[in-house]
Amino acid sequence: MVSADLTLVLPEILLALYAMGMLIVAVYTTKDGLAPTLIWMTAAVMAALGLWIATTGEGTATAFNGMLVLDGFARFAKVTILLSAAAVLIMSEAYMKSRDLLRFEYPLLVALSAVGMMVMVSAGDLMALYMGLELQSLALYVVASLRRDSVKSTEAGLKYFVLGALSSGLLLYGASLVYGYAGTTLFSGIIETAQHGEVSVGLLFGLVFLISGMAFKVSAVPFHMWTPDVYEGSPTPVTAFFATAPKVAAMGLFARVLHDAFGNAVSDWSQIIALLSVLSMFLGAVAAIGQTNIKRLMAFSSIAHMGYALMGLAAGTVLGVQAMLIYMAIYVTMNIGTFAFILMMEKDGQPVTDIASLNMYAKREPGKALAMLVLLFSLAGVPPMLGFFGKFYVLRAAYEAGLAWLAIAGVVASVIGAYYYLRIVFFMYFGDESKEGLDSGGSNTVLWGFLMASAAIMVLGIANMFGVETAAAAAAETLLN
Amino acid sequence: MDNLLSIVTFIPAGAALILAVFLRGDDEAANRNAKWLAMAATTMTFLVSLFILAEFDPNDTGFQFVEQAPWLLGLQYKMGVDGISVLFVMLTTFMMPLVIAASWNVTERVKEYMIAFLMLETLMLGVFMALDLVLFYLFFEAGLIPMFLIIGIWGGANRIYASFKFFLYTFLGSVLMLVAMVGMFADAGTTDIEVLLKHQFAFETFSVAGVTVVGGLQTLLFLAFFASFAVKMPMWPVHTWLPDAHVQAPTAGSVVLAAILLKMGGYGFLRFSLPMFPVGSEVMTPLVLWMSAIAIVYTSLVALVQEDMKKLIAYSSVAHMGFVTMGIFAANQQGVDGAIFQMISHGFISGALFLCVGVIYDRMHTRDIDAYGGLVNRMPAYALIFMLFTMANVGLPGTSGFVGEFLTLMAVFQVNTWVAAVATTGVILSAAYALWLYRRVVMGDLIKESLRSISDMTSRERWIFAPLVAMTLLLGVYPALVLDITGPAVAALVGNYDTALTAAEAASQLASN
Repeated sequence: MVSADLTLVLPEILLALYAMGMLIVAVYTTKDGLAPTLIWMTAAVMAALGLWIATTGEGTATAFNGMLVLDGFARFAKVTILLSAAAVLIMSEAYMKSRDLLRFEYPLLVALSAVGMMVMVSAGDLMALYMGLELQSLALYVVASLRRDSVKSTEAGLKYFVLGALSSGLLLYGASLVYGYAGTTLFSGIIETAQHGEVSVGLLFGLVFLISGMAFKVSAVPFHMWTPDVYEGSPTPVTAFFATAPKVAAMGLFARVLHDAFGNAVSDWSQIIALLSVLSMFLGAVAAIGQTNIKRLMAFSSIAHMGYALMGLAAGTVLGVQAMLIYMAIYVTMNIGTFAFILMMEKDGQPVTDIASLNMYAKREPGKALAMLVLLFSLAGVPPMLGFFGKFYVLRAAYEAGLAWLAIAGVVASVIGAYYYLRIVFFMYFGDESKEGLDSGGSNTVLWGFLMASAAIMVLGIANMFGVETAAAAAAETLLN
Repeated sequence: MDNLLSIVTFIPAGAALILAVFLRGDDEAANRNAKWLAMAATTMTFLVSLFILAEFDPNDTGFQFVEQAPWLLGLQYKMGVDGISVLFVMLTTFMMPLVIAASWNVTERVKEYMIAFLMLETLMLGVFMALDLVLFYLFFEAGLIPMFLIIGIWGGANRIYASFKFFLYTFLGSVLMLVAMVGMFADAGTTDIEVLLKHQFAFETFSVAGVTVVGGLQTLLFLAFFASFAVKMPMWPVHTWLPDAHVQAPTAGSVVLAAILLKMGGYGFLRFSLPMFPVGSEVMTPLVLWMSAIAIVYTSLVALVQEDMKKLIAYSSVAHMGFVTMGIFAANQQGVDGAIFQMISHGFISGALFLCVGVIYDRMHTRDIDAYGGLVNRMPAYALIFMLFTMANVGLPGTSGFVGEFLTLMAVFQVNTWVAAVATTGVILSAAYALWLYRRVVMGDLIKESLRSISDMTSRERWIFAPLVAMTLLLGVYPALVLDITGPAVAALVGNYDTALTAAEAASQLASN
């Protein structure tokens, strides 16, 4: 019995053992000297695990009496998490090496937080949920303040930690209420309580607190305040990591709790999620307009994007979950490319994040500027880029679930949001010839590759989405049964 | 030739890809290669598209050359043309080589310029051929990107403002259409335009938030599509982006904008609004007709006082598009025929007028009317050509401008005499602003010192105008060239529209009894 359970969570165990083992190896050998190797190794391990999960495992299985659930949904989310984390790790190497930030703890902390994320998306119990969430968060708090001698970076870490702890508190409080009223922490038990007639007020109260805690993790408005500061303060590769894998994990967790534990009370939580969604979309769109720092801008952009993903969730249907998964997969791909570009932004060898420094970039680096142009229009949701299809899916899910007002609000917000993406295009293409701009040439091949691949996916993906559509459909199917 | 339409659509995109990947360098030779490749690609597109016209059967009112392949999410890649769209395809392929030829003097970032125009051609052709809602939306919206860049990079002094206004204005119009498309998908279970044309959307009156919606879902869908197409047309009062965009865009951009992009709105009305939401259209017809009449008179008056030549022509475009919407929503054979004819003819005439402005702008680098005068003394050939198109713009019989205006006025007269009466004054006003413009720029003595050495048109410029002159006169004296192709399809469209309205009326009477 136990061995069967352990087989199911083998990827998590292997990754955790790898991280701990390598920690010891690094401590007793050359420490930071091992870091470049560790980055590539960790990325390779995560990518291998991702491919392994993608190709093996069929159907739905539970481990440890339902504490962990391994179904198509969990597999889809895990593959996305592992592959995006591996991609971001590889992107960070050159940047961190040249800024003297490359410590051996970094790849290992990322690996550990990936373990936490994997537990999150397959949690079948409130305890497992919390364990996964905390493992992920603790690792993230540390990497946020990786640049120990920078005030902004330590501030980012501290801010993230304090607010993160608060949200964990809210979540725990909600969990305790749910436990009190349902008599169990198992999702499968909670959903049965809800099945007998109406959902009790206490349970709903608990649900609201759970949602608040999770909304913090996906940085949905009004729990988003930490995002811009943390994105700005953290070293750019870490920001790239924050913007990708943890978001997928938190969204996966969100869907998991709402459907597995409260799937009978869709009408109760759907309106809360719809409200979070509409607020996130509008705040993300409006607040980004005034930003001059591209990292802060990306923070608001990710808030807006979470709003769209939540729109799929608010639908509360199979189509909605499918739309959310597809949206997240596309979002992560776009963000990897965009951050690869941001990591290449340098002036006199120093990293810059000022949007105005992109002045006339298209003239010096037409290839990179064109790739960024594609990504920006994709982020804005302008066809024919893949980002448009992500939006189309969630709009359709929301509309078919009777949330036409949400769909209309979403498209209006996307027009407002288009403005700030266009502003970056404006600097790159229509800027002032007389002013100075970024350095050109001499950039890292790895980053260049990620940027180009990401942009190419945004264009070529419209043919068949590389099979993500069917995979997401199957994944959503398993979650709602 | 099963996929003739796809071949025509993607030849320019293929050329753009070749330019982007293989053409290196920024020197004279590279620029020349970029120009010639773009010229070859657009010319080839035109030649191949002639096969479409040759094999097109006007008496078949269904879609022809249909291609179909499954796509994401139950959507389809489906292309096809019918009597309504085929001429827009031809207009696009006909104009693009001229546009490229008119850009021969571009010196800055030539490669990107040509790529933008080639991509734009692919997207415009896709709009007229797409037979799937989302595919249509994809082409419709994607066209904003190259146009945004064309205005923003190669535009005039105030290009940033104009490009942002252009993009956001049209984007806002279109996203509501996207929601409506999602709604249609949910309602009909398909995005296939051919099927949707036969699908009947609910028209039972209901109320949303206390507001009674006569015509129900159809009216709401109509309004969402209307928001998009009215901005694109553009109709008064959402036309304000057009003068800015026209003035700031480079000459070739203005030509594309006036000759082809504006036609997408009219095409959208004919493809979606009228046949798919007949009840909704009928409910809104009085409003649209009056908006058109106001547009014709108001923008003609505004055109009278313009000091910038391009702005004047831009306002005159809005007025001419007023005739188009008026004809479409008169919803009878003459009206729709006239509207299509007017759009095709306006494509040639306004394109030519912007090229005329481009000719003297290239020499003097100003578009102020005041800076010119007496050009006839130094530029007789130019004066002749400009006069021809001015007259065509006014609607002189014998030019193609007359046929469209006459048909649409005749059609609307049967539907709403007052609108016809108001709109007819627009014909007089258009004569006023167009002839006055001509008088100020071309006639009189050459007294401006700066114009003393201005030279007449080069042979390249003359050759660009030759096809446009030919088409304007040909369609003016023999309009059947267009009307024979559109006639049967329009008859079917109008017939279906009337049938649907009669059925809807019968159904609502049955319900009230």
